[in-house]
Parts: sequence; structure tokens; C-alpha cells
Amino acid sequence: MGPIRQLFETLFTEVGRLTLLLWRVLVWTPRPPYDPRQLLEQMVRIGIQSVPVVLLTAMFTGMVMAIQTYRVLVRFSAEAYVGSLVSLSMVRELACVLSALMIAGRCGSAMGAELGTMRVTEQIDALEVLATDPIHYLVVPRVWATTLMLPLLVGIADAVGIFGGYLVAVVMMGTNPVTYMANTFQFMELTDLTSGLIKAAVFGLIIATVGCQKGFYTTGGAAGVGKATTQAVVTASIAVLIADFFLTKILF
Amino acid sequence: MSVEPTGPIKIRLEQIFKAFGEKKVLRGVDLQVHEGESLVILGGSGTGKSVLLKHVIGLLKPDSGTVTVDGTDLASLDYREITHFRRRFGMAFQGGALFDSMDVFHNIAFPLERTRRFNRSQIRARVEECLALVRLEGTEKKAPSELSGGMRRRIGFARAIALEPQILLFDEPTSGLDPVMTAVIDDVILDLKRTLQSTTITITHDMTSAFRIADRLAMLHHGKVIAEASPEGMKNSPDPRVRQFIEGRANGPLNDHPADDPFSDHPADGPLNDTPEEGPSTKTRPPQESP
Repeated sequence: MGPIRQLFETLFTEVGRLTLLLWRVLVWTPRPPYDPRQLLEQMVRIGIQSVPVVLLTAMFTGMVMAIQTYRVLVRFSAEAYVGSLVSLSMVRELACVLSALMIAGRCGSAMGAELGTMRVTEQIDALEVLATDPIHYLVVPRVWATTLMLPLLVGIADAVGIFGGYLVAVVMMGTNPVTYMANTFQFMELTDLTSGLIKAAVFGLIIATVGCQKGFYTTGGAAGVGKATTQAVVTASIAVLIADFFLTKILF
Repeated sequence: MSVEPTGPIKIRLEQIFKAFGEKKVLRGVDLQVHEGESLVILGGSGTGKSVLLKHVIGLLKPDSGTVTVDGTDLASLDYREITHFRRRFGMAFQGGALFDSMDVFHNIAFPLERTRRFNRSQIRARVEECLALVRLEGTEKKAPSELSGGMRRRIGFARAIALEPQILLFDEPTSGLDPVMTAVIDDVILDLKRTLQSTTITITHDMTSAFRIADRLAMLHHGKVIAEASPEGMKNSPDPRVRQFIEGRANGPLNDHPADDPFSDHPADGPLNDTPEEGPSTKTRPPQESP
């Protein structure tokens, strides 16, 4: 029973801490002083600067998906449906999960490291001393920026992934472009798109909350910052994958 | 020991106990600071001076005991009220604790901007004034990473005094500075006291500086205040522990194991010199939510 009990204990304390931080973020959000500059800066860092990474990820995933589905579908002469398969997989699942994992690696880690360093060099204490609530000043803009920007990134990833699939299917495999495009959108419904974007927003919330929580409560100098950074990425990635299962179950 | 009160009591610490896990850092500290007074806290490394200072401003909460500032018990304030309450404090940290995402100008301007009481030109003028006080004019555009440790400390000092707070807390403001710069910082502290009637608590190892700025000195040892006196009283203290510290001798009663210490009425668990200088208790704040 030992390891199982430990697993559940860890799980529940993690979820408890995150909920507590999230609660404080929500409580602080409507309160002045408002600092749009902080929010804007984080939106640029998390949103705009992540565009290349997300573009590449989506492009290659779409291309690989097209190759793989073509090779399999051709076995039962269903290669006309490559477009449907690629686009539905991208929009419903791959774009949001892969983008979320990339953002966890790129921004979740940065939050863990930055807030962790601020904690161990007493910068967070200094904020409090300067009559500024550090959660209000540091965590609130990061959480909102990630929650707002991730759906936008996923929207881009959807389009680019579908384009990647088109490129491979039409240019490399010689599929008729008109049939491919028709098949791409024939079976797609609006809920496919929105469910992916809703998932993306939730993933954004998870990544930022985990990253900030790990960084904010760092102890133990440089080694502690390293640990916080690793934990931010690992915990956020796993949480995204677990949340993905439950969200998919609920939303579809 | 004779201690003459100089005004109404500004800060009162009563029976403060604080432990981090097994390590008991403060074991019943009683201390009062009068309005407009400059108190210097002496004590070896790891005796809980920084921890004590963080209790005064509410960054740490005591396990037991009360901290009263201006008649308000800090424990009675919720996190919003305490954020507002801290406006009356200024604090300079050991390492400066500058925000490394901002340049020097924005570091010093930060407390001014957050109050929303000043316009741009007022902020600019005040930042220049503060930089001139610590003799670092013209460094506005520099990033904290471009500065030396001593310069960072002085910028931290400038940031702490930017709002001209009623209460100033200095955590070793002069350690690592050259004698001239130490004198400059001392003069600034004295000046603030004269012009603003600020109440200051300073932690220092530097005896020259301590005697220059102090109205009163308190010595912390094994988490308790073992001596409290005016500079004259401290210099003439018969207590061998105070003598050892002031005279800076390597051997003496401060090194004794507290169990054998005839002056300690508290059984304790480790010699003074064994305490690590940079334990988590003094450098960083432990997480609020412990696992």
C-alpha cells in the first residue's frame, strides 16, 4: 500500500496547492492597481514569441500525419479521406496537445526559473516590502496571458497543420487538390474546432499555474531553482495529458 | 542596562518565537523601538537577525508572540491590509534584491509608480535625488547585472528610501562596501533620521558604523536579546559576550556551547559558530504551503 498511498498523497497535495494559487489569482484579478503593461509583455513573450515553435511543430505534425494516414488508408483504397483524417486529428487533438506541450517546455519552464530566481534572491520579498502583492504582480498576468494566448496559437497550429497535410498529400502523393480540400472540410463541424480551442485555454491555465506555483515556492538556492524548473515542465506536461483525457471525454 | 526612551513606541516585539523545522531561530525576543530612534541590532552570523527583521515587516509570521507597529498587531491584518500597511516601511536587503527585469531607474521608480501619487517628472526628479544620495548618479540605464555587489546594495538602499518611509529596515547595508562608502551610507541614514524623523532598525557587523548611527544597540545571541544599551553603555558593558563581539576576539564566551553558557537561561542545541551563514532561514523565505 505504501507507494500507492504516497502517489495519491502527492497527487492531492499538488492539486490542492494549485487550486489555492488559482483561487488567489482569481481573487486578485479584478483588483487595482491594473498593470496592462505586465499583461501585454507576458502576452508577447508567451504568444508572439512562441509562434515559430508552434508553426514548426504543427507543420511537421500535419505532414507526418498525411504520410502515415496515406500509407495506411491506401491499403483499403480509402486514400481520398487523408484530408479528413489529418484535419480532424489536428483540430480536435494534435494541435492543442502538442502546442500545449511545447508551451510547457518553453514558457512553463521560464516561469519556474524566473520566479524561482526571484524567490531565492529575495526579489519576491522585495515586492512585498514595496507594498505590491507578488501574486497580483507576477502570477496574475502570466496566468491570464497563457490562458488567452494558447487558444490563439492553437488556431494558427490548426491552419498550418492542415496546410502541411495538404502539401504532402497533393505535392508528394499526387492527390487531387480539389478533392483533398473538399474532404478536409466535409466532415468537420464547428464543435470540432471549438472543443480544441477550449482545451487549449484550459491547458494554458494549467501550464501557467503549475509553472508559477513551482517557481513561487522555490527553496534552496540555485539547485532549488533547477528543481523548480524541471518540475514545472514535467508536472505541467503530465497534467496537460491527464486533463486532455477528461476534457475530451466531457467535450465530445 | 539603562535605556532611555526617546519617544512613543513605534515598534514592539513581544516574546517572538520562530522555528524552521527543528531549528529554533528566535527564542523569545522582546524588543521595543521608539519613534525617531535608530536601533542597531548586533549579533553573529546565523543568530536570527535577518529573520527578526522580516518579522517586523510581516514577511515572516512568528510561531508565537506579537509584532505591533503603530499600535496595530500585524497578525490582525489580512493580506490586502498588510500590503497597504507596508507603505510606511522601507527595507534594504542584504544582496540588494533588485528586480533584474528592470534597469536601475525603474527599480528605484518602482515604489513611486506603484503609489500612483506622482507624475513622470516628479518620479524622475526623485530617482535622481536618491541616486545622488548613494553617489551613483548617471547609472539609470544600467541593468542590475552590470553592477558590482556593492553598487547593487546601494541601489537597493536608494529604492528603500525613495518613498521617504517612516520606518526603515536595513539588513547589513554596509557589509562589503569600502570605508568611504560605508561612511556615505551612514550619513544618509543619519540624514534621513534628522530630516524625516524616520525610525530605523539596522543590522550590521560593522562596529564603527554601528556606533556612528545608533541611538541604541541590541545584541542578539541564540535567538534572544542578551544586551540592550546606548552606544556608551554598550562600549562599557561588563558582559563578556558583548565584549567579545565588540572587540572582535576569536575566542570567548560566544563560542561556548549554549548548554554550558552561564549567561543563557535557555537550553539550546548548537554552538553559535556552527550555524551556517546562509541557511534557508535567513536568505529565503520558506514556502507558505509546506508539503
